[in-house]
Amino acid sequence: MGQTLLQVPHTRLESRPVTALRIRKHFVPALDSACSTGKGRASKGLIVRQRSLIAITAALAAGALTLTACGSRDEDGGSDSGGGGTTVVIGVDAPLTGDLSALGLGIKNSVDLATKQANKDNYVDGIKFKIDALDDQAQPSSGQQNATKLVANKDVLGTVGPLNSSVAESMQKVFDDAKLVEVSPANTGPTLTQGPDWQSGKKVRPYKSYFRTATTDAIQGPFAAQYLYNDAKKKKVFVIDDKKTYGAGLAGTFTDEFKKLGGKIAGTEHIDPETKDFSAIATKVKSSGADVVYYGGEYPQAGPLSKQIKAAGAKIPLVGGDGIYSADFIKLAGKSGTGDLATSVGAPVEDLPSAKEFIANYKAAGYKEAYEAYGGYSYDSAWAIIEAVKKVVEDNDGKLPDDARAKVTEAMQNVSFDGVTGKVAFDEYGDATNKQLTVYSVEGGAWKPVKSGTYTG
Amino acid sequence: MNELPQQLVNGLLLGSMYGLVAIGYTMVYGIVQLINFAHGEIFMIGGFGALTIYLYVLPDGTTMWVALPLMLLGAVIAAVVVAVGAERFAYRPLRTAPRLAPLITAIGLSLALQQAVWAWYPGAKESINFPEIDGGPFEIGSVTIQTGDVFLLIAAPISMAILAYFVMKTRTGRGMQATAQDPDTAKLMGINTDRIIVVAFALGAVFAAVGAVAYGLKYGQVQFRMGFILGLKAFTAAVLGGIGNIYGAMIGGLVLGIAETMATAYISDVPGMEQLGGQSWANVWAFVLLILVLLFRPQGLLGERVADRA
Repeated sequence: MGQTLLQVPHTRLESRPVTALRIRKHFVPALDSACSTGKGRASKGLIVRQRSLIAITAALAAGALTLTACGSRDEDGGSDSGGGGTTVVIGVDAPLTGDLSALGLGIKNSVDLATKQANKDNYVDGIKFKIDALDDQAQPSSGQQNATKLVANKDVLGTVGPLNSSVAESMQKVFDDAKLVEVSPANTGPTLTQGPDWQSGKKVRPYKSYFRTATTDAIQGPFAAQYLYNDAKKKKVFVIDDKKTYGAGLAGTFTDEFKKLGGKIAGTEHIDPETKDFSAIATKVKSSGADVVYYGGEYPQAGPLSKQIKAAGAKIPLVGGDGIYSADFIKLAGKSGTGDLATSVGAPVEDLPSAKEFIANYKAAGYKEAYEAYGGYSYDSAWAIIEAVKKVVEDNDGKLPDDARAKVTEAMQNVSFDGVTGKVAFDEYGDATNKQLTVYSVEGGAWKPVKSGTYTG
Repeated sequence: MNELPQQLVNGLLLGSMYGLVAIGYTMVYGIVQLINFAHGEIFMIGGFGALTIYLYVLPDGTTMWVALPLMLLGAVIAAVVVAVGAERFAYRPLRTAPRLAPLITAIGLSLALQQAVWAWYPGAKESINFPEIDGGPFEIGSVTIQTGDVFLLIAAPISMAILAYFVMKTRTGRGMQATAQDPDTAKLMGINTDRIIVVAFALGAVFAAVGAVAYGLKYGQVQFRMGFILGLKAFTAAVLGGIGNIYGAMIGGLVLGIAETMATAYISDVPGMEQLGGQSWANVWAFVLLILVLLFRPQGLLGERVADRA
């Protein structure tokens, strides 16, 4: 090959001849014939190298994808441990960074507020509460790591969280094995409390340590369907979900009820939550002639989706569940988001007389972030743990028993008190007995409650 | 309503964005045989550069006609500075190292840049809204084109034309071709190959920056993770088109964008394929296409011109 004549000592040379030869063919026609002898062999070498390089690269890329799941986590406890007495830690697991952090930070702050309130009132004699907030980045793998970490800390007697149903699935068993109670303010996936066959009526509670203050999608989806069909008079819906536990479940229960009422499904679509380009789907929605879009998923995708659907020329509202009920949805959906609807668990916190104190205290505590959709529920979840701890301590002559975790889990089943969001108590599956929901609409850049109600079969 | 023309335009727009980013992958690969995995983050930093100009430099309420060129400039400066810095401090010391070392460095750099923006850019822990161009969408027949997309439609072909001219006609461009052919001989012929490599990184960054501004205008937001998936897609586009070939990058981008859009729009209408359609399967179909192309043309779509590295 021509190169040997010109060879100069250089480390990179062995990987070069191929490139050089092939390039000359096009750019230096005069050299073409001189180089053609080596071409066949050379180009084969190039392909092989290129292939193996691409294979290695692809493997590395896959590794990189998983790596990003574990970032930094927020170790900030948020409250002081008291001077004397026993300290009980309430764990918090929520997305504190990333797209869903608006909701997650609201959860963390509200739990923090509950512990501060209990400490101030000396609600449980001799016990100081303190939080340990971990960031799950809305990733099931991070959630499980956090659960393991909380279980390892002997002072933790209960955990509030997580936000995402998919994350809860990865945490439930870890907590249950340790008999550590977990109260979620936000999980709405029905399987978490009623087992995988809940739809066919075979309800089996999978984990005795899991409770939630939020209502389930088994109620939320149908509630939205009834509102849209009966009150908003929408007859043709385009259903979109993000294929996650929460989104797909919600879209499923909504679709069933909407069909039962006599509505038509103009089309269904599943989005890829990693992308922001929904133009192809938006075009499909427009040409389907639907008069409303139902989206099962969360606001980081729902905002751009709403915007792109309207931009494509379909001036129809997008309706979602509590996952899009966030101020960030309005920010992302922009001006065209006006008129979009969301259902959320419970009645609007601002309208509840029981929540006045919570809102005032939250403001007074000076948290940087708003309490968002789950603030009231998070406060109630934390308070339920505090109530259970109080019961256990009082039954044991003012001291924590050795098997405090198991006792707290047991006590949780019978907790009943008037919380921020109304009566807080749990049924035999660990679900909240409070089954109120509210429809909100985007008006003037904010969510305005439209209708509150209870879903009745 | 026949939605095919609209879907084609959707795919074309998505593909143009892939293509703009893919050029950076292909050009750097052509010259130093490095797959610069941090390129997706260069793209992201371009987006934040533009945003910084809008949020912190320009007075509130500047009209977009004034703001846009300045934002573009800010994006280009931010992206080029980071890309050239990466070349100088992360890749150049490893130029004679085995090929895997710079590749791993690139992945590390990609994560580091992501986390740096996440940690230090104010408000970057969530999506940040990007300014939009006012004015209604344009209707051409049954096709709707958003105001924000017009920038991409104009910028992508113009950038391509400038790049082609630069590589073919200018002295530096020919120097790049020479370095791609054989860096040692090029050096002997008096070409400053170090400079040429820096130019390749910088040019890739410029295109990524243009793509990032287009991304911001199109989707109305930027976030610290925006370059990751898009970077992988752009890399795929570069391989599809024939890595090392600048025209291949653009063609690969367009093919990939249109394939994804078509898969989203039509696969689920094929009888028996309902479960395999929709956007969540679009990536699968895009990669099926990639595998098919590589089976029959291992060198990529424009493989014959794989030699036109530069």
